[in-house]
Amino acid sequence: MDRLKEKNRMKRQDFLRSLCFLSPSLIGVGVFFIVPFGVVVYYSMIDGVGSRNFVFIENFIKLFDNSAFLLAAKNTLHFSAIAVPLAVILAMVLALMLECRIPLKSQFRTFFLSPMMVPVASVVLIWQVLFNYNGTINEFLALFDIAKIDWLQSDHCQTVVMILFLWKNLGYNMILFMAGLANIPKELLEVADVEGASEWYKFFAIKLRYLSPTVLFVMILSLISSFKVFREVYLLTGDYPYEKLYMLQHFMNNTFRSLDYQKLSAAAVVMALVMVVLIALLFAIEDWFGKDVEG
Amino acid sequence: MKKKAPARLRKKHYFGRGAMFVLCAVFAVLFLLPTVLTITNSFMSEAEIKSNYGMIFATTTGGYVSKTVNLKFIPDKVTLSQYITGLIKSPEYLLKLWNSILLVVPIVLLQVGVAAVAAYSFTRWRGKIRSGIFFFYVILMLMPYQVTLVPNYLVSQWLGIINTRWSIILPGMFAPFSVFLLTKFMRRIPYSLIEAAKVDGAGEWEIFTKICLPQCRSALYSIAILVFIDYWNMVEQPLILLQDADAQPLSVFLSSINTGEIGLAFAMATVYMIPSLLLFLHGEEYLVEGIANSGSVKG
Repeated sequence: MDRLKEKNRMKRQDFLRSLCFLSPSLIGVGVFFIVPFGVVVYYSMIDGVGSRNFVFIENFIKLFDNSAFLLAAKNTLHFSAIAVPLAVILAMVLALMLECRIPLKSQFRTFFLSPMMVPVASVVLIWQVLFNYNGTINEFLALFDIAKIDWLQSDHCQTVVMILFLWKNLGYNMILFMAGLANIPKELLEVADVEGASEWYKFFAIKLRYLSPTVLFVMILSLISSFKVFREVYLLTGDYPYEKLYMLQHFMNNTFRSLDYQKLSAAAVVMALVMVVLIALLFAIEDWFGKDVEG
Repeated sequence: MKKKAPARLRKKHYFGRGAMFVLCAVFAVLFLLPTVLTITNSFMSEAEIKSNYGMIFATTTGGYVSKTVNLKFIPDKVTLSQYITGLIKSPEYLLKLWNSILLVVPIVLLQVGVAAVAAYSFTRWRGKIRSGIFFFYVILMLMPYQVTLVPNYLVSQWLGIINTRWSIILPGMFAPFSVFLLTKFMRRIPYSLIEAAKVDGAGEWEIFTKICLPQCRSALYSIAILVFIDYWNMVEQPLILLQDADAQPLSVFLSSINTGEIGLAFAMATVYMIPSLLLFLHGEEYLVEGIANSGSVKG
């Protein structure tokens, strides 16, 4: 009996101690993220900060009737749906290439990571020089008799941003894949070699299997970075860009300026919900895939 | 026992690796291009910049404007005039650079400090509640800035810190990214070390400062680099929370440099790149280690 009491006391003490260490972070997160987000949820369900009448989903219905929001959501979705898979596949290809024991491997790694440190402003300047109507890319294309393209003012504008996105993020993703590749048991690959397995077979049957958690994580990460690239879009094109580049960031910024808290809060809640669902879905897939590898 | 591949196969591999090397080299050049351009163009005179890019950044002030755009790597004449203008003649830029330091250095130190204590808690004690909290941190870490923007703004308003540096420093201080990453590093410390210290009668704080922190010194460094690079280039937060132009960091100011002063923008961007470049060259191994460890969500 006494021993049980002692054990319980110890447990409680441990819990309190752990809480002590966690509390600075927990309090900060509570004050700066959780409480205000709760207020945002509340704001999304009332009709005005002044009158505070509870209207439940009316703001959301209005939001989904808003053509600017729908356009922004559509463009964002379209962009992410193409850019994220590309970021995953290309980063994996880069990592696999560097894994082939080519010379200067660590130098290449440095080069691929270098975009991380270039200030946004100079990225924007250089992209303007490259993709201007009279810019370098068009002059290069002219060598092959390809007509000039007005990159930022035509349907090609998403391509420009996609290149920027890939340039910025491939290095980071590549490092994640290299770490994943390093975790594959060497014996397995050696056995495959002895058995005379082809490179393709080794890739699909062994490497991809072991990389599946990394693939999913890189997907989540790229999804988030694909939201971050909008600051470059914003600096590149201003408040009202070509229609296909009008992203959620523009919508939020423009709504923010008009201080329409209800619309803004509803949009933030919808985005948070979409993110949580996507992340939960990806985790579920990881669980499902990861089972036979981990044991 | 590894069987030796037949000679024919080895030859094929040799060729394949050569092709990959070339491919990697092409990629590397494309990746480096913008960085190199920024640096070399910063040594061009304003006139040369104008004649190269005049078409794009044409100004009303006149001057020679060329018909085409020339992307040039090597300046006709290396000049430091842009640097002299930016760093000596107009104190504005130095002031913004100082603003950047005043914002980013506290964020890095405080975020890593808060994270170290929290990560210790997540490492030492496990339980349903705490793993729930940890998972919540992961979700929070993955939220795009557009979602936290409104909450951030509201809190700053309530606390009366809007338009002050604290409106950026405080939320940055509690960002969950470092907690997540550091927990993963700390969980690798052999448990026997902590157990042994406990038997010797060390208190929790002692175990934390004398065993845990020294053990993950390199992890702290790699996280600090990642956080630094992230915040050094921030644009959205200052734009929304710091409307006073005098307090804004150089990362924001750089993007608003007048289109007539492109050369200056390149020079200041180069100056701005120096701290991250130094950290990058000095701590690349740590940086890679840090990124590699952020690679899976499970602790």
